[in-house]
Amino acid sequence: MALSDQELKEIAYLARINVNEESLTSLKKELEDILGLFEELNEADTSQVSAMSHPLDLSQPTRKDEVTEENLREELLKNAPSVKSGLFLVPKVIDGDN
Amino acid sequence: MDLHKLSLNQQLNGLKEGDFTSTELTSHYLDRISKLDKELNSFITVTEDQALLQAGAADKRYKEKSNLALDGLPIAHKDIFCTKGVLTTCGSKMLSNFEAPYSSTVYEKLDNEGMVMLGKTNMDEFAMGSSNETSYFGPVKNPWDTEYVPGGSSGGSASCVSAELAPVATATDTGGSIRQPASLCGLTGIKPTYGRVSRYGMIAFASSLDQGGVVARSAEDAALILEAMSGHDSKDSTSLKLDKPDLTKGLDDSIKGMKIGLPKEFFAQDMPAYIEKSIEEAIEVYKSLGAEVVEVSLSNINLSLPIYYIIAPAECSANLSRYDGVRYGYRCENPKDIEDLYMRTREEGFGKEVKRRILIGTYALSAGYYDAYYLKAQKCRQLVANDFSEAFKSVDVILSPTTPGTSFKSGEKADDPIEMYLQDIFTIPANLAGLPGLSVPCGEYEGLPLGMQLVGNSLEEAKLLQFAHSYQSNTDWHKKMPNI
Repeated sequence: MALSDQELKEIAYLARINVNEESLTSLKKELEDILGLFEELNEADTSQVSAMSHPLDLSQPTRKDEVTEENLREELLKNAPSVKSGLFLVPKVIDGDN
Repeated sequence: MDLHKLSLNQQLNGLKEGDFTSTELTSHYLDRISKLDKELNSFITVTEDQALLQAGAADKRYKEKSNLALDGLPIAHKDIFCTKGVLTTCGSKMLSNFEAPYSSTVYEKLDNEGMVMLGKTNMDEFAMGSSNETSYFGPVKNPWDTEYVPGGSSGGSASCVSAELAPVATATDTGGSIRQPASLCGLTGIKPTYGRVSRYGMIAFASSLDQGGVVARSAEDAALILEAMSGHDSKDSTSLKLDKPDLTKGLDDSIKGMKIGLPKEFFAQDMPAYIEKSIEEAIEVYKSLGAEVVEVSLSNINLSLPIYYIIAPAECSANLSRYDGVRYGYRCENPKDIEDLYMRTREEGFGKEVKRRILIGTYALSAGYYDAYYLKAQKCRQLVANDFSEAFKSVDVILSPTTPGTSFKSGEKADDPIEMYLQDIFTIPANLAGLPGLSVPCGEYEGLPLGMQLVGNSLEEAKLLQFAHSYQSNTDWHKKMPNI
């Protein structure tokens, strides 16, 4: 199972994790080793089974549609790295002058 | 009096009889933590003030004869369980400043029974690891020999209970994170059936595998606490709609005539001779108690490791996408735009092993690979579960070693992920099938403890604990504690 530098960079971008050039080679080797493990699964005949969802195969319980959550706005904002006027603050996302 | 030498039931009786107060008991443990934990590093946070307040409240209830079921008993919580107003880090730089705005159901249930929180225990970052070397807060040491690892990911919980800095601790298990450290630290650890213990407020790693449980000094202690933690919770959609089981009533029942299965695939592997010997001795104990021992086959069990290393990273990559530096947790300095904020926050906030697993999971779920990896793994997982179902038609429990060896030295496996992953080769199958599993100490090699694993059928925690307790009533391995 060989990964190209380009593939690894694409995966890292999908995961939004910056990977620096120096660690690229060692990381690639580690990932290739782990992906190599997966090849054992090809030998298993899974034509007669369906994919498992819940180990006990239970249906999802339902509850009455009632408001149960308290308003924790202030509590939740306390943990935010940057807040302004009760809102999460991030760098500008929309370009342009307006 | 050496209060820390008393079992949980003895401590509870002492509190009820007024032999000592919860404040005395709690202070005793807090003293031990301050004296002994500098070297072990088993706690990330010690909640001394809060513990003494809770203990004082318990003492008041005893005086007023309005005491709760577990009133005044101290406990340590793995730092994966959210505890309102208390630092909850999951062993990560990403959450190194996170004070949980609400408490996990596990914490609340034990709090409602009057238990006193001593602190939050160290762990592998986001529960990913088998040696407790991946914690942002530094490695945890094994009290049996501080050059050795305590196992992971619940290494802090195992280390502190083994060193008797806490009488019992909560823990979680995704692929062996309760049973493996219990084995390496000479403790009894149980992971219940998937869905038995609520995952609400338990920071998610791999949601279809994660399950809360306990590390304790005996099956009797573990039963008492696991029972209190269990039960349906409408805040967790995967929580089983069942009342909490009675786990203590049948502990002393005889196992005569019950059947133990030995999976031939496990025993066909190369095992160190000392493990084979300890397991054989344990089997002899069970035979002398009237249990019947038969061979069973779990023919797909060898697929467990690759299945796990697809499913767990895939679910982790989805779960950990929430750490984006926007709403809580770590944020990188001076992001130049939103993309840079995400990319550097996650580069700097996560450790090496966590990033490795996110990348593997992202790959396995990415377009073009989903069917080949994730879907294939979920199908193979069903094969493993079917093997267990078949085996449990003819046996009550399945016995094996918990780990492929005793503990190893810090740093020994840190550079080889696959070597580290092999630590969980015997424990992973129970997570894949959602079954309850338990580890009990069954021997020692060169001064380090080792454990045997019992896996039970769905919802049969009581039977597992009965098997463990009957073994512990006839052996002394669980009574051996490290000299520290």
